[in-house]
Amino acid sequence: MSDSPAALERHDQHRPHGPELLHHFSSAQQQRDAASLGMWLFLGTEIMFFGGMFLAYLIYRLWYFNEFAAGSRSLDITLGTVNTIVLICSSLTVALGVRAAQMGKRKLLVILLLLTLIFGLAFLGIKGVEWYAKYKEHHIPGASFDAGDLIRDYPQIHIDPAHAQIYFSLYFAMTGLHALHMIIGVGLFTYLLYHSMKGRYGPEYYTPIEMGGLYWHFVDVVWIYLFPLLYLIDRKPLG
Amino acid sequence: MATAVITPERENYLNQEYGIKSWLLTVDHKRIALLYLVSITFFFFIGGFFALLIRLELLTPAGDLVQADTYNKLFTMHGQVMIFFFLIPSIPAVLGNFLVPLMIGAKDLAFPRINLLSWYLYIIAGVLMLHCICTGGVDTGWTFYTPFSTAFSNTKVVEAGVAIFIAGFSSILTGLNFVVTIHRMRAPGMTWSRLPLFIWAHYATSIIQLLGTPVLAITLLLVVFERLFHLGIFDPTRGGDPLLFQHLFWFYSHPAVYIMILPAMAVESEVVACFTRKRIFGYHFVAMSSIAIAVFGFLVWAHHMFVAGISLYSALIFSALSYLVAVPSAIKVFNWTATMYKGSITFTTPMLYAFGFIGLFTMGGLTGLFLAALGIDVHVTDTYFIIAHFHYIMVGGAVMGYLGGLHFWWPKISGRMYPEWLGKFAALIVFLGFNLTFFPQFILGYMGMPRRYWQYPPEFQVLNVLSTAGSTILAVGYVLPMVYFLWSMRYGKIADDNPWGAAGLEWQTTSPPPTFNFDVPPVVTWEAYNYDQIPAPAEEVSVER
Repeated sequence: MSDSPAALERHDQHRPHGPELLHHFSSAQQQRDAASLGMWLFLGTEIMFFGGMFLAYLIYRLWYFNEFAAGSRSLDITLGTVNTIVLICSSLTVALGVRAAQMGKRKLLVILLLLTLIFGLAFLGIKGVEWYAKYKEHHIPGASFDAGDLIRDYPQIHIDPAHAQIYFSLYFAMTGLHALHMIIGVGLFTYLLYHSMKGRYGPEYYTPIEMGGLYWHFVDVVWIYLFPLLYLIDRKPLG
Repeated sequence: MATAVITPERENYLNQEYGIKSWLLTVDHKRIALLYLVSITFFFFIGGFFALLIRLELLTPAGDLVQADTYNKLFTMHGQVMIFFFLIPSIPAVLGNFLVPLMIGAKDLAFPRINLLSWYLYIIAGVLMLHCICTGGVDTGWTFYTPFSTAFSNTKVVEAGVAIFIAGFSSILTGLNFVVTIHRMRAPGMTWSRLPLFIWAHYATSIIQLLGTPVLAITLLLVVFERLFHLGIFDPTRGGDPLLFQHLFWFYSHPAVYIMILPAMAVESEVVACFTRKRIFGYHFVAMSSIAIAVFGFLVWAHHMFVAGISLYSALIFSALSYLVAVPSAIKVFNWTATMYKGSITFTTPMLYAFGFIGLFTMGGLTGLFLAALGIDVHVTDTYFIIAHFHYIMVGGAVMGYLGGLHFWWPKISGRMYPEWLGKFAALIVFLGFNLTFFPQFILGYMGMPRRYWQYPPEFQVLNVLSTAGSTILAVGYVLPMVYFLWSMRYGKIADDNPWGAAGLEWQTTSPPPTFNFDVPPVVTWEAYNYDQIPAPAEEVSVER
């Protein structure tokens, strides 16, 4: 009495062809649209996630501008700028990579993904150098935090060490969570690179490249905001 | 019915595969719904156990059952378990998971593997929470208020924070799955204005989950960082601002109330339409009121902070905005009532829960207006009036909706009928027990009994004894359905495909549905709740006592 084989057969008839189409979608278009909407919604939740920290930043920067300005000056602006350029370059290679996948240029895709990975790792490396410098300067919040150098360097403004610590807390929380997203991105792109080398992506199926690209661009954009907010608060010479 | 008993059971999602692996690695939304059902039931009884201990302590004025510190942990863990591990996932993760694809004529949710991932995240969070409970617990109150939670509490704040952080991700993924599914997976002909109101309410819920939960996540993360590394972000002695914490926390946690109540309203619309055999009065208004609640819900959070030291002007604005939430809520209540008007009403178990919901939600909602008024709020802040108010919404509203929905769709989920007379009996017990537990708390609060104390002046004892007595009755009402649902899975009468004669695609497939939901993909050519075109159910079901 079991009619399920027949049902499954009928089910299969409704299944258009293509190895990458999952069973519950009726067309590749539907599958792509679902993935795309899902990724955009996810990025929306990411904005809210970072939004909490941006709110805290806004309030404390208004309250403790002197400490924020002094803390900002203690960051290495050269490394910060280089890192910004590195990330923008990585976004370019990602965008070109999506195009390469759409055009079916598989070799180019592999090269571009590889470049993206290198840029991403370079960013993380430079970030590590910057953090290490902060560690040397005792600027990491906690028991050994010391803002004495800021007080010495900027005698013309009043600096409360506790408020300087709030600046560095936000600096580490924001750049730390951004770096965590970068690390996830590197993992994601390693996966994409592996499957690109096996030739899985082409004009018929490039959704993962596109979705990975959206994520990468988002993490990039977060940095585009973090860089001026953290590094460029007040760089004019103190009068 | 006789033939249904003789013929061997059709293949369906329950019997297509067997074994523990077929459950733990399933990507079928219906099986994942059952995984959630089992896990949230477990946490419901854990949270209920804490509640009973609280009520037992409050039986006498003296603090004689537990120490003050233990009492603080009891109400904290009652709140955290019930809110984050039962109420938030309850209807969406169980009934929503099961029904959203069925109701819109889809084969599954858009991302079945992410759906399974969300259950695993929930389990990881739950195990962490259990570990936290068993090794000492937390005493901050479910709200994690700073600087107590970050600088003073000697309990496992970090572990509880991380557990709730992970549970939040599970909630986000469920919401994301629903929004994408509702946008992209509807059957041909299932237009937005033909969607069941269950779907509209779940859509609104998912939007809140997507926009609110990440803010809770970052807030808890900052609390954890602050506690571990002494950042000072929320510590006033170091220039931090505890009010910032409260703003961030309530930006999620007020809308979270609507994550709990909107799905109960979703159930309500389906049940009321079915058992009055009418199209929902003002379909578009009910649909849009869900969206309005989701939107307004994000604009009222600071009414939790009227006595926290926010400026009078912002308090006035938040007070006025809070009144606004009453409008879409009232639209729903009036439209359900108008649907019943001249309807042919059947008093089945789900319908009894629906009646209970309307009455109790109305009381909870109206007392919410008391609290939105600045003068009264200052008077009753941190008293049992607040406790009674939000339990009328969350237990009287959300849990009633959940139980009603579980009864309504149980034939579809399990393929069996639950014993109707026992169902009605349990519904009655729940209603009586609930009111006996929480109505005295309104009076206690108005008389000035503060919340979160383990002892109280003797003049409050009579009402507290009533409340504790009620809670034991309520407990019986909750255990009963669990017992007879389990019983019915083996011994219950085999259910028809559509035992209630209900509208909706989920009733057009078999009970229980096949793995891919529909043998033939449905095409929709009718409006929702077309009860004028659907025959009433067979007599044996509707007349049965």
